[in-house]
Amino acid sequence: MTKMMYRDAVLSTIMEEMARDPDVVVLGEDVVGGMGTAGGPEAIGGIWSTSTGLYDRFGPGRVIDTPISESAIVGAAAGLALSGKRPVAELMFADFIGVCLDQLWNQIAKFRYMFGGKSRCPAVIRMAYGAGFNAAAQHSQSVHQILTGMPGLKVVMPATPADVKGLLRTAIRDDDPVIFLEHKALYATSGDVPDDPDFMIPFGHARLCRAGGDVTIVSTGLLLGMCEAAADRLAAEGIGCDVIDLRTTSPLDEETILDSVEVTGRLVVVDEAPPRCGLAADLRALVAEKAFSSLKAPPLQVTPPHTPIPFARELESAYLPSVDKIEDAVRRVLAWR
Amino acid sequence: MQLSREALLNAYRAMKTIREFEERLHVEIQTGEIAGFTHLYCGQEAVAVGVCEHLGTRDRIVSTHRGHGHCLAKGCDVEGMMKEIWGSREGLCKGKGGSMHIADADKGMLGANGIVGAGAPIAVGAALASRANGPGPDGLDVAIAFSGDGACNQGTTFEAMNLAVVTQAPCIFVFENNHYSEHTGFSYAVGTDRDIASRAEAFGMKAWRADGTDFFAVHETMREVLAHVRGGGGPAAVEFDTERFFGHFEGDPQRYRGPGEIDRIRAERDCLTRFRAAVTAAGLLEHSDIDALDTQVMDTIEAAVSAARAAARPTAEDVLADVYISY
Repeated sequence: MTKMMYRDAVLSTIMEEMARDPDVVVLGEDVVGGMGTAGGPEAIGGIWSTSTGLYDRFGPGRVIDTPISESAIVGAAAGLALSGKRPVAELMFADFIGVCLDQLWNQIAKFRYMFGGKSRCPAVIRMAYGAGFNAAAQHSQSVHQILTGMPGLKVVMPATPADVKGLLRTAIRDDDPVIFLEHKALYATSGDVPDDPDFMIPFGHARLCRAGGDVTIVSTGLLLGMCEAAADRLAAEGIGCDVIDLRTTSPLDEETILDSVEVTGRLVVVDEAPPRCGLAADLRALVAEKAFSSLKAPPLQVTPPHTPIPFARELESAYLPSVDKIEDAVRRVLAWR
Repeated sequence: MQLSREALLNAYRAMKTIREFEERLHVEIQTGEIAGFTHLYCGQEAVAVGVCEHLGTRDRIVSTHRGHGHCLAKGCDVEGMMKEIWGSREGLCKGKGGSMHIADADKGMLGANGIVGAGAPIAVGAALASRANGPGPDGLDVAIAFSGDGACNQGTTFEAMNLAVVTQAPCIFVFENNHYSEHTGFSYAVGTDRDIASRAEAFGMKAWRADGTDFFAVHETMREVLAHVRGGGGPAAVEFDTERFFGHFEGDPQRYRGPGEIDRIRAERDCLTRFRAAVTAAGLLEHSDIDALDTQVMDTIEAAVSAARAAARPTAEDVLADVYISY
């Protein structure tokens, strides 16, 4: 095991996979950073420090710094993937999917199906998501709600450096298109990461972070920390929570959720995306259909309200899920009836 | 450069195959047997064939909603395509794509596309793959983005042209200017008093212009373009002035056409008629050579239609197949 930051787990995994497989290429805006400036290539090395040093090591053929052209970035990733490469494209902010939605939704996601199973598009599209930096409505969003609903895409949301390592390696070696969502507020967090150069975590396998038996809490990414904190507080009163990290929202590990809810009979889904037609609503429908007889209370969700993300500190705090809101939801499912 | 007799016969056969494929669809669609939206390529055959005759299977193309001609010219199987358009599970894409979504990766045909302008960035990606692979004995493999005058107004096309120049990707933007963006004229929709090629030049690439209804003009121009791009000269653009014999889609009432316009372009700017006149006048082929090919092609199309009619239909279980490689 090596202790490393979440962002370094991203960079080291890309670096290792590029060294292992010459078909892995990286592209995106400022993934080199400094091109065409006095500072020269690598003056920046990627705004998240997740591509630092790749250009110096692998050169311009495999590390392609692009203009601010999101449609061209994702489209080029599609063309590279259809032509035998394994592109890892970076969209910088997840919010920018709005610029290039056609290439994600109508192109990459649909090639294999439209073309009768005869094309292969092993593209990874990385993007940083999430609020907490007062970056307001266009640089803070959680976009898994939109992308998970697109058949043909796989959607990954790692919560720890170890999961970044295992899931990103799986993503790069996977033959289908994968959306890899990195939470901005997790980049500087640290954790132990396995040293095995082939350490991989399969998609569609959720992680049971803790078992408590009274209430099931399901979440992803940054919010898992809040769920754990709420579970700690409740444990002090003898209330036991199962906390489940989905890891991937597509494919979805239904079994781990249903197994837990069959014991607890109570579900709280905690999500950073808006409340309507999203992950939380989807999982509540899942247990309503498949674990109905086990339910002891209506499944609840803790999400932001149906609004854009506000700027001011007080407003953003009020908008986001919190430990208090999660604790309150757990108490409400326990108190029902 | 003078083409061999064999090359001339191949070119004519390819153009005639596209023509009769489309003319037959025009008839069959009216019976209601074929589902969905279909956009026919008739009139533009010299472009697809004049470009693709230069390409090998490692060269890749991306196409448009009007893609049958590009698919056939790049080597997609006539019967497989007909079956696909009929929606058969024996079709090239198992009946999942239909007219607008035909692809054949083994032939370097990365896909027709239902979204106008979506193909250009994908072609740049294919060109970047070629750039990463480096040149072979004949230079770099190339990627061709076929686009119409409609797609030349899409931001994706601008982004793609700029990215290709910035990265010096071996990508060729082939603009087929048939003077109509769906139902709107070029002179209205393209806000320049010049042409599409001048836009490409403004992005920093070399551009060519030629008559897209003259197979020999297309073929000779592409020889120059390909020498430039395969040799590492960076991306290039070509604008071919051409004609669309049918409407935007099958069923289009074409009320935007001028009086006698279709009769005129069919009489004066038919690439097949022009090809026949040129090669027979020059004594390169006899009328009887061409008549023999016409018969062959008609037989091929007839056989493809019969096969498509008889081909197995997909079943409800097929809906679930091929979303992912593994899930």
